[in-house]
Amino acid sequence: MAAADELKFQEFDDAANLLAANPDATTISIDEPVEIPKKQHSRLQESRREEDDELLGTDDSDKTELLAGQKKSAPFWTFEYYQTFFDVDTYQVLDRIKGSVFPVPGKNFVRLYIRSNPDLYGPFWICATLVFTIAVSGNLSNFFIHLGKPTYHYVPEFRKVSIAATAIYAYAWLVPLALWGFLMWRNSKVMNIVSYSFLEIVCVYGYSLFIYIPTAILWIIPQKVVRWVLMVFSLGLSGTVLVMTFWPAVRDDNRRIALATVVTIVLLHALMSVGCLAYFFDAPELDFPAPIIPVHNSTTVVTKS
Amino acid sequence: FASLADVSISEDIPVEGEITVPVGAHSPEEDFSTLDEPVKDTIMRDLKAVGKKFVHVMYPKKSSALLRDWDLWGPLVLCVSLALMLQGGSADSKDDGGPQFAEVFVIIWFGAVVITLNSKLLGGTISFFQSLCVLGYCVMPLTVAMLVCRLVLLVGAGTVSFIVRLIVVVAMFGWSTLASTAFLADSQPPNRKALVVYPIFLFYFVISWMILTFTPQ
Repeated sequence: MAAADELKFQEFDDAANLLAANPDATTISIDEPVEIPKKQHSRLQESRREEDDELLGTDDSDKTELLAGQKKSAPFWTFEYYQTFFDVDTYQVLDRIKGSVFPVPGKNFVRLYIRSNPDLYGPFWICATLVFTIAVSGNLSNFFIHLGKPTYHYVPEFRKVSIAATAIYAYAWLVPLALWGFLMWRNSKVMNIVSYSFLEIVCVYGYSLFIYIPTAILWIIPQKVVRWVLMVFSLGLSGTVLVMTFWPAVRDDNRRIALATVVTIVLLHALMSVGCLAYFFDAPELDFPAPIIPVHNSTTVVTKS
Repeated sequence: FASLADVSISEDIPVEGEITVPVGAHSPEEDFSTLDEPVKDTIMRDLKAVGKKFVHVMYPKKSSALLRDWDLWGPLVLCVSLALMLQGGSADSKDDGGPQFAEVFVIIWFGAVVITLNSKLLGGTISFFQSLCVLGYCVMPLTVAMLVCRLVLLVGAGTVSFIVRLIVVVAMFGWSTLASTAFLADSQPPNRKALVVYPIFLFYFVISWMILTFTPQ
């Protein structure tokens, strides 16, 4: 009878032979966590997940979370707690600077360079250098622009240092704070958003400002075209780093909000650089010789442009 | 044992030996009881210590004397004199002039504190006040440069005087940075030396810039 046959124990073949006989069968491997077999999944989703893992670090985020917890275990009122934020070597700082200047398409700055060891050395000293570079370059460029004029008397314009310091430090620390708060808020609403820690965002912003240091030095050249070309170039590089860091984090959100976030990041960045150029560097004037316009009666009118 | 009970030490034999209290360092009361000395001695001792440190800065060799007996008199004197000499700069309006006294003061002291904190956070083994002391004393070449600049500006303010001032300030800036690096770099972990030296470089650069851009009324 069929029933008796069915109840009899059947020897199963080797798994490979069985699979060769029936290639589309569902397979489950026991040593890994149960996954839907890739053969039955669409290619797009699979590549997207891999890309996600690479960009966001979610594949070993558990491990890094654990490590991060183990590192920063000192209470916040001790000195050792703050020492954990300066746990970088010279070559690491140089690597991070290099990564912010040459954005590799597809690689996330935080995942690739920060790797759950955010430091405060880079952001703080890059901002300090940028403050003094902008103030000194602005002063020098104004000196060269006004050099030939007889009525010009050189002034050191020291007040601008404090203004530059306020502007740059506010940008490099308050904007990450706002962005972090925003990402945390979205994280509570939408499950898939990965929010970076506050220090990682400060790190990305701080290191992305590095490109403006050589740009500010080159802004001494008193040509409008040169200055705008430099600005677009540096904005492009640092903006790319920022966008590639934050796009994977907000991509899973509502399309409009994700786009608005990224556009806001880029706009604020552009605002800061345009503002610095406009405020600290005088416009290079073009000197036209005064044209003489003959009028009907024989007096001449001299106009100055 | 009954015979032992009769043993007694004759009173004629003197018992002698030495009971000495081991004398290590002088007891603190003895060294620092300077209440009774004349005031001139007290002041001269401090002045000599300050003077010795100035000499150390002029010929920077690695000596632990500068590090061990730190004092902040020298940095205070240097900072005040530098800030005073930077006064009297030209200004059409208040906003465009050179740094005010308070600004120079704040930059020097706040800058030194930040650099010290930075080196300690990076794992340096130097103490807070020792580092402040070294950074403050190494401002001395720049103060000398400021003095020279003011003297040169008394003579004239043209291009030649500018070039002379430029050379002097650059030379003194290099001297300051090298002197402070010689004292401070050894207390850092070896793979972070550049991270500690760079802020010192920035600090003296800013001070040199203030000195170089000083223009009298």
